[in-house]
Amino acid sequence: MPEALLEVNHLKKYFPIQKGLLNRTVGHVKAVDGISLSIQKGETFGLVGESGSGKSTVGKTIIRLTEKTEGEVKFKGVDLYGLSPQELRKIRPSMQLIFQDPYSSLNPRVRVGDAIGEALLDHGLAPKEEIRNLVLEVLKSCGLSSYHFDRFPHEFSGGQRQRIGIARALILNPDLIIADEPVSALDVSIQAQIINLFRKLQDTRGLTYLFISHDLSVVEHLCSRIGVMYLGSMMETASRDELFKNPLHPYTKALLSAVPIPIPKLKRERIVLKGDIPNPADPPAGCKFHTRCPFAVGRCKEEVPVFRDAGGGHFVACHLA
Amino acid sequence: MSLNSTPLPGTIGSKITGPKSSSLFGQSMRRLLKNKLAISGLVVVIIMFLACFVGPFFSPYTDNKINMAMMNKAPSLKHWLGTDAMGRDVLTRVLQAGRISLTVGLASMVLSVFIGALLGAIAGYYRGIVDQVIMRIADLLLTIPGLPLLFIFGALLSDWKIPTEYRMYIVMFMLGFVNWPGLARMVRGQMLSLREREFMQAAVVLGLRDRRKLFNHLLPNIVPLLIVIATLNIGGSILSESVLSFFGLGVMPPTPTWGNMIDAANNLIDFQEHPWLWIPPGFSIFATVIAINIFGDGLRDVLDPKQKR
Repeated sequence: MPEALLEVNHLKKYFPIQKGLLNRTVGHVKAVDGISLSIQKGETFGLVGESGSGKSTVGKTIIRLTEKTEGEVKFKGVDLYGLSPQELRKIRPSMQLIFQDPYSSLNPRVRVGDAIGEALLDHGLAPKEEIRNLVLEVLKSCGLSSYHFDRFPHEFSGGQRQRIGIARALILNPDLIIADEPVSALDVSIQAQIINLFRKLQDTRGLTYLFISHDLSVVEHLCSRIGVMYLGSMMETASRDELFKNPLHPYTKALLSAVPIPIPKLKRERIVLKGDIPNPADPPAGCKFHTRCPFAVGRCKEEVPVFRDAGGGHFVACHLA
Repeated sequence: MSLNSTPLPGTIGSKITGPKSSSLFGQSMRRLLKNKLAISGLVVVIIMFLACFVGPFFSPYTDNKINMAMMNKAPSLKHWLGTDAMGRDVLTRVLQAGRISLTVGLASMVLSVFIGALLGAIAGYYRGIVDQVIMRIADLLLTIPGLPLLFIFGALLSDWKIPTEYRMYIVMFMLGFVNWPGLARMVRGQMLSLREREFMQAAVVLGLRDRRKLFNHLLPNIVPLLIVIATLNIGGSILSESVLSFFGLGVMPPTPTWGNMIDAANNLIDFQEHPWLWIPPGFSIFATVIAINIFGDGLRDVLDPKQKR
């Protein structure tokens, strides 16, 4: 097995809860609580989970936008958290993040062409006189036109802005792109365009994606492997086909049973989860999912299930599976 | 009849040339032009500037010769605003004083905006100990009321026998120095909120240098605020300078400023008998400051809509 492009081991991110006049830390929000994953080159790894499960925090902690609490992130064999600020700055262009909200992720006072080209300039990755051409090229491959170069972000629609965000990441020729719910702020027809753009770019440039989403049908369309998160922990990881055909974790089953299908007459077993996701500052003991799991037994309340291989690279954290 | 075969009007043309791009700033300026009140304020300010900086060239009395025969003469065709106690033409003096007053106002504004924006930006961007040091100094200055502080400085200057021709420049520095803390605070607040915005996170991910983040991403976003503060600041500076000069602690005669010309109103006889000595400079201050404030308000409405009164 070749070395993984990205390897995350037992990553934890706790946000302190501070209260009172003296800002005493009274607890921690366990946004990410011991996540492990590895992504091979050229692969698309989908990370799914409901709101508040810590998906975005995983992405931001991997890319060192927020600092980890514990664990290890290895990118191309390099420990990202062992780098000095200068070394980190050097490696930044090879891993890029695409933001969820295309409206707030572009500076309203920077022209689009400058926003896309400035990182090349700042890192000295291309001579100054070539940058304009490179930007025009990347604009074109993202489905934008050359006359967009001198425009400001407010002159674009949401879908176009997301293309600008993609172009900004793409011009650096990154090895890894972390896409943090890149389509959830867009309407459905635009979603399709952007997803197809992701696809096309992967085919032509051999990109590797960590695709964070809460939309299972998007993930099914795009990803080769999928991880399911719940309350900061990984519940199940498997290849796409395996996960959709043979989900082992009850949470995954519940999620899959909630995906709308375009056949109204088809009756299927719906697993409806009751209640809300528990407070991540005070997660349930044992299996974190036991409070909402329809199959929970006594053991689930006491013992944390091990994230184990259920055969053929299908990992699951459940006592019953 | 099909919808997708008819292109939207303008799309074809725009594909060839592309419609004209407009920055947020350009849009704001266009909106400002529609604000009649603000524009009339601007017009008054421009007239004031032109009159003060160009006007004296057309006056035959610029040499300020003392002419005892022409003491305290009422306005006439020869001297439109009369003459003062030394027989000098009041209109010419008012215009020359305007030069000084406006220059002092502008220069001290530039100085305070420069210091305030720079220190505020640094404090807000780097936070931590740098922020603490800068902001505590600013707080310290803010706890001392500005005018008494200026009085003390002014008195010290008189005590040290600074030559009167340099006092004008020192007054500029004094006013700039007194005004920067409030400005630094505002800029710092803006910085603190801007640096948490998602486009700044994007800048981190891109691995941009601090310098680029500060000057290409953060500062352009506070420029509108700075323009507004700077404009309103000029009016305030002109007022402070007048107050100081009125009390004889700012710019000293014979260099005329509006403030030290109003000093004539201190004298009961001049106040009652020779109103042409103090009404013109008083009116100039009034008109200029009001016009600047109206214009500044209009600017704020278009550039910084969140900060409405």
